[in-house]
Amino acid sequence: MANPLLEVRNLRVEFPTRKGTLVAVDDISLSIAPGEVLGVVGESGAGKSMTGAAIIGLIEPPGRVADGEILLDGRRIDNLSYDEMRKIRGKEIGAIFQDPLTSLNPLYRVSEQLIETITTHMDLTEKQARARALDLLKEVGIPAAEERLDHYPHQFSGGMRQRVVIALALCAEPRLIIADEPTTALDVSIQAQIITLLKRLCREHQTAIMLVTHDMGVIAETADRVAVMYAGRIAEVGPVQDVIKRARHPYTEGLMGAIPTIGGRDDLLTQIDGSMPRLTAIPNGCAFHPRCPKVHFKCHTVRPDLIGDGSHSASCWLMEKQAAQGDSQ
Amino acid sequence: MGPVARIQDNFARFLDSDIWYSFRTSPVTVVATVLAIVMIVAAVIAPLITPQDPFDPASLDLLDAFTAPVWTEDGQWRFPLGTDDQGRDLYSAILYGSRISIGVGFASVILSIIIGVTLGLIAGYVGGTTDAVIMRIADVQISFPALLVALLLNGVLRSVLPGSSHETLALVVIIFSIGMSIWPQFARTVRGSTMVEKSKEYVQAARVIGLSSRAIMFRHVLPNVMGPVLVIGTINLAIAVLLEATLSFLGVGVPPTEPSLGTLIRIGQDFLFSGEWWIVIFPGVFLALLVLSVNLLGDWLRDALNPKLR
Amino acid sequence: MIAFVIRRLFQALLVMLVVALIGFTMFRYVGDPVAQMVGQDTSLEDRAKLRQDLGLNDPVPLQFARFIGNTVQGKFGISYRIGRPVDELLADRLPATLELSLLAALFAIVVGVPLGVYTGLYPRRWLSHVFLTVSLIGISLPTFVIGILLILLFGVTLGWLPTFGRGETVDIGLWDTGLLTVSGWQSIIMPAFTLGMFQLALIMRLVRSEMLEVLRTDFVKFARARGLSNRAVHFGHALKNTLVPVITITGLQVGSLIAFAIITETVFQWPGMGLLFLQAIQFVDIPVMSTYLILVAFIFVVINLIVDLLYYVVDPRLRVERSGGGH
Repeated sequence: MANPLLEVRNLRVEFPTRKGTLVAVDDISLSIAPGEVLGVVGESGAGKSMTGAAIIGLIEPPGRVADGEILLDGRRIDNLSYDEMRKIRGKEIGAIFQDPLTSLNPLYRVSEQLIETITTHMDLTEKQARARALDLLKEVGIPAAEERLDHYPHQFSGGMRQRVVIALALCAEPRLIIADEPTTALDVSIQAQIITLLKRLCREHQTAIMLVTHDMGVIAETADRVAVMYAGRIAEVGPVQDVIKRARHPYTEGLMGAIPTIGGRDDLLTQIDGSMPRLTAIPNGCAFHPRCPKVHFKCHTVRPDLIGDGSHSASCWLMEKQAAQGDSQ
Repeated sequence: MGPVARIQDNFARFLDSDIWYSFRTSPVTVVATVLAIVMIVAAVIAPLITPQDPFDPASLDLLDAFTAPVWTEDGQWRFPLGTDDQGRDLYSAILYGSRISIGVGFASVILSIIIGVTLGLIAGYVGGTTDAVIMRIADVQISFPALLVALLLNGVLRSVLPGSSHETLALVVIIFSIGMSIWPQFARTVRGSTMVEKSKEYVQAARVIGLSSRAIMFRHVLPNVMGPVLVIGTINLAIAVLLEATLSFLGVGVPPTEPSLGTLIRIGQDFLFSGEWWIVIFPGVFLALLVLSVNLLGDWLRDALNPKLR
Repeated sequence: MIAFVIRRLFQALLVMLVVALIGFTMFRYVGDPVAQMVGQDTSLEDRAKLRQDLGLNDPVPLQFARFIGNTVQGKFGISYRIGRPVDELLADRLPATLELSLLAALFAIVVGVPLGVYTGLYPRRWLSHVFLTVSLIGISLPTFVIGILLILLFGVTLGWLPTFGRGETVDIGLWDTGLLTVSGWQSIIMPAFTLGMFQLALIMRLVRSEMLEVLRTDFVKFARARGLSNRAVHFGHALKNTLVPVITITGLQVGSLIAFAIITETVFQWPGMGLLFLQAIQFVDIPVMSTYLILVAFIFVVINLIVDLLYYVVDPRLRVERSGGGH
């Protein structure tokens, strides 16, 4: 991949607690090309939201980035001061949060929140900013935008509010948007609309997206590539069709087995036994081994690294075996 | 597991808990707790650790009046903190006085818990008009300062009960005034948690097996809603002690024959200008420390038991 | 909007009626009004006549109606203790209490809100710990102990400030003000500080905890994620959202200042309503007590109304619900 827009190298996020340090994100590396949609999928607590927060530099203390680098256009941004980073947030990297009901300040008009964001990052007069705010509302598909512009957030429905949130994220034409569970809090019928909207906007603006979700269906529909996270690490990463059709990590296989398909038979749905370990008790070796149907002795003691061919790789000892078999044949 | 082992087990679990951790890592709380315990114990065992019974006129000698504290020129070892205008040893008077203050404080809080919890339980469990009436009264009362309510009740009670300057009756009047002025907080909290508990399965189950409403309310719901009551109770203990001191300072509380801390301060204020500062300062400092340490304890309890606020 | 105001007015009226009923009950049934008004040697006939003249033999609802009629006209009866009409007594005392309470409230808000914002924004700085500790002492130190300490320090030891009374006052029509003379200002400093200290601590702690709460909300995180400056996030988004609870509590506290003025007025012998009320309680002077109750309740109700209207200005969610649109 030539010149990635965003590159994360060996990122590690820690939370000191009285019972020792929790590692929420453990040695994660990933990259996003301009205009690309990278899906990040995993159960809650897998570290996917934390990775997003680390990229925009908004990890809540006492959490901190303990190790690794984050590069935007080849420039390190993880060690910037709060104020330097502030200029990147919103302008270079936008963000969309899970709950549109709580993401907007209830006491300010939508126009005020939009204009405030626009004038922070762009050299526009109040009037120009207002015109741009109106354009943005129209672009995210809010009907009667002129009239709605000066409404308060509570006057919008959930789906419409998420559109406003997207408009806010797009204010300064960022090249990357971190969308953290953008559809989880919405009705299923609205979810599809929002996903379609996001896809369209990214295509039109050439904006890259890091789409964080636990919903494999959303990823399948939207993302170019997908990274599957488990217990703070990346289990598997690759082009979305490859990962879905030829999952290499047993955990990903399990995730795929849990998605119902239209026309598929209900009794073929499988589930992964047990649940993801808490961050206080991550097992030795491969973190997935207690739940893995294909576990063998090495998994108990040695943690596998990402192994794979070019674009598609997984952190599983099975990969080594496959690679070895490939060599011997 | 035997009982001893179980106690040991529970104790070990307590030592490992977040509450104990947050307690021992907060030096301010530890100091406040120790201080509060020492003060309360000293008040309870006052007769054992004081040289004089300040409430017994026979033990007072007017010739000892206005003795300065021991570290000043005119000080005497007999009266470490000096004496007041009656020749009362201030050290003894403060401990005896705090005994009354703390006693009135506890009694008022218990009274207000009984009233507030009962009304809150009924309001939350029965609902409907009963609920509306009780909570309306609580709402109106809570919007007026407790001090004002206590003063009014005090005034009315004193005019209704003749001879209320008599010590015992005065104490009843003041406990009643304070207790009646702080119950709405308990009622509100208990009502809220009762409404939550009411919808839980165990209450439904108790109803199905035909227990009476009263039995369900007091035997089953009550134990489950008492947690927050204890926290509010601690905070209100400080408030009650302060209210008692204020009423007594204003001259409508505990009479000067058996002075509480507030009464001592009221007496002492008269001597501020003639140079006998110790008569007012020592009771004042003792009262402030008592209220401060109970407040600190209450603050910590509230934070420790309410993870949302952490 | 109008419907909302009317409903609030109606509720306020209801509260006032209840308070008036309490006042009336006290007046009518606590002690015997006739016995309080006449001397020992008054004959039974005279007493009966007075009873008739006062209308004490009329049906109780009629008496209550008359009581309310009189109250609305400012006729509160005659003080048992002083023998003067209660409205005159209160008119004499009201300016002193209002000046003291308002100055104390101003002091508490002007100092308390910024300190609360500071300690909320920077909870880990040592200065915040200092402010918090001082505020806890401010809450725990009984008002009268603060007053006495101030008198001891600035009045007795240093001799800088007067320790009692209002100093020289100037009569400006209906109002007898102490705020136009040097000695008036000197006299009000310590009482206002004493009275305001507790409220200051309370407001500061309230603003702090609200601030901490708001800073954790999603919309503040989202505002940060949009790259807004710290100033815009803290003072625009966070502070404005703390206003609703702060206005409520502050409003209620201004009311309780009038009640707490009783203590301060006692400590500094400040010739206000509180002192009058306290003396009325000591001497069971029912007309003064019930009038004070009604007056304070009235002030409370007015403040509550203002607070409700302020909500309305601050929080758009209320506005829409009332006008029936939205959602």
